Amino acid sequence: MQKSAIDLSDIQEDTPQSRLTIEQRLRNWARIKSPWAIHYNSGSCNGCDIELLTLVTPRYDVERFGVKLQGSPRHADILIVTGSVTFQSKDRLIRIFNQMPEPKLVLGLGSCSISGGVFHDCYCVVQGGVSNVIPVDVFVPGCPPRPEAMINGLLVLLDIAKGKRQKSDYNQPTIVENPDVVEAPLNAPEENGEK
Amino acid sequence: MTELQEINKSTSAKKYIVPIGPQHPALKEPGHFQFTVEGEIVVDATIRLGYVHRGIEKAAEQRNYTQVLYLVERVCGICSHSHGTAFIQCAEKLAGVEIPPRAKAVRAIAGEIERLHSHLLWLGVASHGGGFDSMFMYSWRDREIVMEILENFFGNRVNYSVNIPGGVKEDITTEFIDQVTPKLEYLKKRMEYYLDVINTDITFRQRTVNIGKIGKVETDKLGATGPTARASGVARDMRITRPYDGYDLFPVNIVTDDRCDLNARFVVRIKECIESILYIIDVMNRMPDGELTAKMPRKIPAGEYMSSVEAPRGELFYFVRSNGTENPDRVKIRTASLCNWGTVVSSVAKGHKLADMPMILSGIDPCFSCNDRMVQISRGKNDSEVWTWEQLRKYGIEYYQ
Ligand code: SF4
Repeated sequence: MQKSAIDLSDIQEDTPQSRLTIEQRLRNWARIKSPWAIHYNSGSCNGCDIELLTLVTPRYDVERFGVKLQGSPRHADILIVTGSVTFQSKDRLIRIFNQMPEPKLVLGLGSCSISGGVFHDCYCVVQGGVSNVIPVDVFVPGCPPRPEAMINGLLVLLDIAKGKRQKSDYNQPTIVENPDVVEAPLNAPEENGEK
Repeated sequence: MTELQEINKSTSAKKYIVPIGPQHPALKEPGHFQFTVEGEIVVDATIRLGYVHRGIEKAAEQRNYTQVLYLVERVCGICSHSHGTAFIQCAEKLAGVEIPPRAKAVRAIAGEIERLHSHLLWLGVASHGGGFDSMFMYSWRDREIVMEILENFFGNRVNYSVNIPGGVKEDITTEFIDQVTPKLEYLKKRMEYYLDVINTDITFRQRTVNIGKIGKVETDKLGATGPTARASGVARDMRITRPYDGYDLFPVNIVTDDRCDLNARFVVRIKECIESILYIIDVMNRMPDGELTAKMPRKIPAGEYMSSVEAPRGELFYFVRSNGTENPDRVKIRTASLCNWGTVVSSVAKGHKLADMPMILSGIDPCFSCNDRMVQISRGKNDSEVWTWEQLRKYGIEYYQ
C-alpha cells in the first residue's frame, strides 16, 4: 500500500477509541476514493442535467476520480441537485436527502440552485434556491456550468471530505468559480503543497 | 355481491402496481409512473407530472419582451432555440417587423444544429434505456462535436440565445463555414454508421422491431407530433406545412417511415440528423447578404399572434397577447412532449413487458420540464374559487389516497 493511503501513525493502540477512529478513517478513505453520486432534478430546465450527464461520457469521464452516478439515495455519498426547487419537489428533495446515509455531501449545480436563477420570482418556486431547503456544501455557478467547472466543483467537494478545506458555513456557501482557461502545459508539475 | 367481490379479489390478486419515480435512475427528470402489471405484462399505465412546474407563463407576464425571451429559452434547455424563436416570432409579427433574410438563415441553421444535438442526445439516452450502453457512449462522444460548434459560435453549450428581438446576435462567417464543414462531414459518416447499427444489430432489432407499435390513424387521432408522428407515417412537420423563419427561404425535406414501431422512431431521427447536416451545409453556402437585425420597438402594439415551430420533439406552439405595453399580457405555451404522452399512456404501453418500458418511454423523447402544468379546480359552474397551495396539496393527497 502507498504511504499516503491512510495515516494511522498518531493512534495509540489498544485504547477503546482507537478502533473507532481507525474505522472512521478507513471509511473516509474508501469514500473519498470512490464517491457515489445521485442526481435529483428539483425543477431545472434540463440544461444542467444534460451537462451533468456529459460528465459520465467519454470526453469528460468523471469515473477517473471514482465518481459514479448511482440510482438509489441509499447507496450515495453525494447528492447533486440541479435547478430551482419547486413546491412539488421540495418534499421529495428533503426525503431523498434524509434517505442518504451519513456522512453526506451536497453539490448544487447552476445559477438556479444558488438563487432560483431566471425562475427566482415564479410563484411555484422556493425563494432563495436549494440552500433554503437542504444544506449545500458547494455551489457551481453558470447557466449551465461548463463540465470542467462541474468537475472542479466535485474536486472541491472531495477536498472538503478529505479535510483539506473547511466545510462551509451554510449561510456563506463556497462558490466554485469557472476555472480559468489553462494556459500552462497540461503536464506541468502540481503545486498542492501550500494547501 | 359476494361473487363479484370474489371475482374482483381473484383478478386483483394477480395484478401488481409498480410505481416508478419521481427520482429514478433511467430518466434525468422527475416524473411518476404507475404500471399495473399482470405477471410481466403491463396492462395499464398512468403518469403523474408536475414536479418541475415552475410557473413560467405567469412569470412571463411580469417581464418585458427581452427578458421573457431569455426566460422562455429556459423552459427546456434542450430545445431552447425553438422556444426563443417561437416567442420572438410572435412579438415581431405583432410589431410588424420583418427580420432580414440573413437573420432568418442564421435562425434556421441554429435550429438545425439544435436538432442535431437533441437527436444525438436522445439516441444515447434511448439506447441506454435498452441496455445498449456502448451506443450511449459513442453517440455522446459525437455529440461533443456539436456542442463544440455551439460553444465556439454561439457562446454557450446549452441555452445559447441566438435570437434577439428583431434578429440574431451572431453571424455565420466564412471562418465558421470553414471550421464547421469538416466536422459536419465527419458527423454525417457517424450517423450513417449508426443507421447501419440500428438496422443490423440483432439484439437491438429484437428490442425495437414490432415493439411499441401505434397505427397511423391512431397516431393522427391522438395528436402526436414530431418524429413520433412521422415514424407512424403521419407527415406532420411545421417546417413544411407552415414555413417560418428561414424555412420559407430554404425548404427542408421531410423524413417519414411507415413501420410505426420503435425501430422506425430510431430510423426517422437518425435520417433527420443526416438531413439537418445536409441542410446546414447547403444554407451556409447560400447565405443571403444583409443586416442581422431590424429595429424593434420596445412597446409592442396590442394584438394576438400564434406561431408554431418545429422543435426537435415536434410542434411547439406559442400564443402571445399584447396590450400595448412593454410586457406581454399573456403567453401560452404548448409543447410537443405533452401531445406525445397520449400515445404512450393510451395505447403503446399496454401489452408489453415491463422491461420494454424504458425504451418505449424514451421512444417519444419525453421532456418533463416543458410539459408540467398546474390545474385550477373549480367545483360546479359558478363556484370557482382560488385555492391556496396548502388546500390544493391537501386535496391532492386525499384524492390519491
Ligand atoms: S442554471 Fe440555467 S441551465 Fe441550469 S437549470 Fe437553471 S436555467 Fe437551466
